[in-house]
Amino acid sequence: MTIAVSFEKITCTFAAKGGGSYTAVKDVDLSIAAGEFVSVVGPTGCGKSTLLNVAAGLLKPSSGVTRIFGEPLAGVNRRAGYLFQSEALMPWRSALDNVTAGLEFRGEDKAAARAKGEDWLARVGLAGFGDRYPHQLSGGMRKRVSLAQMLILDPQILLMDEPFSALDVQTRSLMENELLELWNADRKSVLFITHDLEEAISLSDRVVVLSAGPATHPIGDYRIDLPRPRDVSEIRLTPAFIALHDRIWHAMKEEVLKGYRQTRNRTSA
Amino acid sequence: MKKKLWIWQCLLLVAIFAFWHVATHPEILPPFVWDNPDRAAFFFGEPVKIFKAVYVWFAGGEIYPHLWVTLQETALAFVIGSALGLGIGLWLGLTPFASALLDPYIKAANAMPRVVLAPIFMVWFGLGIWSKVALGVTLVFFIVFFNVYQGVKEVSPVVLNNATMLGASRRQLLRFVYLPSATSWVFSSLHTSVGMAFVGAVVGEYLGSAKGVGYLIHMAEGSFDINTVFAGILVLTIFALVLDFAVSFAERRLLVWRPTQGETQPH
Repeated sequence: MTIAVSFEKITCTFAAKGGGSYTAVKDVDLSIAAGEFVSVVGPTGCGKSTLLNVAAGLLKPSSGVTRIFGEPLAGVNRRAGYLFQSEALMPWRSALDNVTAGLEFRGEDKAAARAKGEDWLARVGLAGFGDRYPHQLSGGMRKRVSLAQMLILDPQILLMDEPFSALDVQTRSLMENELLELWNADRKSVLFITHDLEEAISLSDRVVVLSAGPATHPIGDYRIDLPRPRDVSEIRLTPAFIALHDRIWHAMKEEVLKGYRQTRNRTSA
Repeated sequence: MKKKLWIWQCLLLVAIFAFWHVATHPEILPPFVWDNPDRAAFFFGEPVKIFKAVYVWFAGGEIYPHLWVTLQETALAFVIGSALGLGIGLWLGLTPFASALLDPYIKAANAMPRVVLAPIFMVWFGLGIWSKVALGVTLVFFIVFFNVYQGVKEVSPVVLNNATMLGASRRQLLRFVYLPSATSWVFSSLHTSVGMAFVGAVVGEYLGSAKGVGYLIHMAEGSFDINTVFAGILVLTIFALVLDFAVSFAERRLLVWRPTQGETQPH
């Protein structure tokens, strides 16, 4: 089995505002196999996004090594696509120009890029919306454009940072199903960050639970052996799903409460 | 509602000119401030004569070369000032050391009343259009510069990271993210900077030149021809309104990607 991403003793320490330092993640060992869909769940503010930025090469860890298909990562991870939590589209570019941006950066032929961009817009259900600007699209549509923008470059690894957390519930389960369908077509390795355990279980092959921060590290690793293809809203009602949810939630609960207490103390202090 | 408002606005304009006419014409009202009935017209001019002067300018074609010169100066000052502001704004926005080093100098240069530079520019560039362009450039530059500088610092880090992940090199980030973002800030200050270019052109002409609307006003003032001064002011005002209208038009065409308030979103 090929390992797509592996974290080896990753530690990230940041300089804190009032002097001193804050260790967000400590000694994280985690690996994602090629073609595997792994979700990372944990309490809010526990450093999930930090881990993702390390995998993307946007953040250099204080210590430890990230290996991408066996090679140590230096600089930006060129084999990965990143779906951000907040708005990441270039507002001055139309949907189509946003989708083809990566191809343009690579210096690909304009006409070919355009055709490919139209094709990808159609694949994410936005055929005919190419000339709209981001502000003329709804939140769900903007996420689809982002998805197409990432997938058009055919990355081997997908990094996703709570991509659907800002969407309403209906749009969200629609998008989750579409993501699974797209992923099913050519099984890329996925590292999916979320705080929503249900989302994590319904999408993934494996769910990794992180401890509350500071010094976050994995405290549980669960294989999700639910059958595929899945429908995210239907699978949530099956007994197997509920049993898994109970098990993982049991392990997570203490950490969530700990994280909640810490944020509360931090805000009240 | 909008049409009605437009009618009222026109009526108000007519009323203002009617009041002006009645108050300054020597024979309509008995003199009530000055003893001499011609005194009001001497200080405030007479609308009828002003319109006549404007008419003669346009009908005789005398005004066009002057307007053309003022327009050239305005356009050149705007383009050069914006380009400089954009370039230096981008550069300083992206190099923290240079911006920290130059910060007090930029503040000082901006605080200085730039009009006092006009005589120096005249020595350097002569009485032709370039001394006016230079004055306009010093006015436009700072508006654009501060906007772009701020704009570069406020480029969304997520958009930047996204472009980086999509494979943009540092140069491509500059070209595809920083530059468009900064340009949008140039456009957001378009009305002010075009207005400033215009101010620079007219003030420059007023202080010393051989052509331009500012020169016409200056010459009329020298011979106490108040009607021609007002005619010049009227022409400048209309010219400024046309310019502002053109800017609004350009803005609408170039900033289609910007959300406008109250615009509905399709779902």
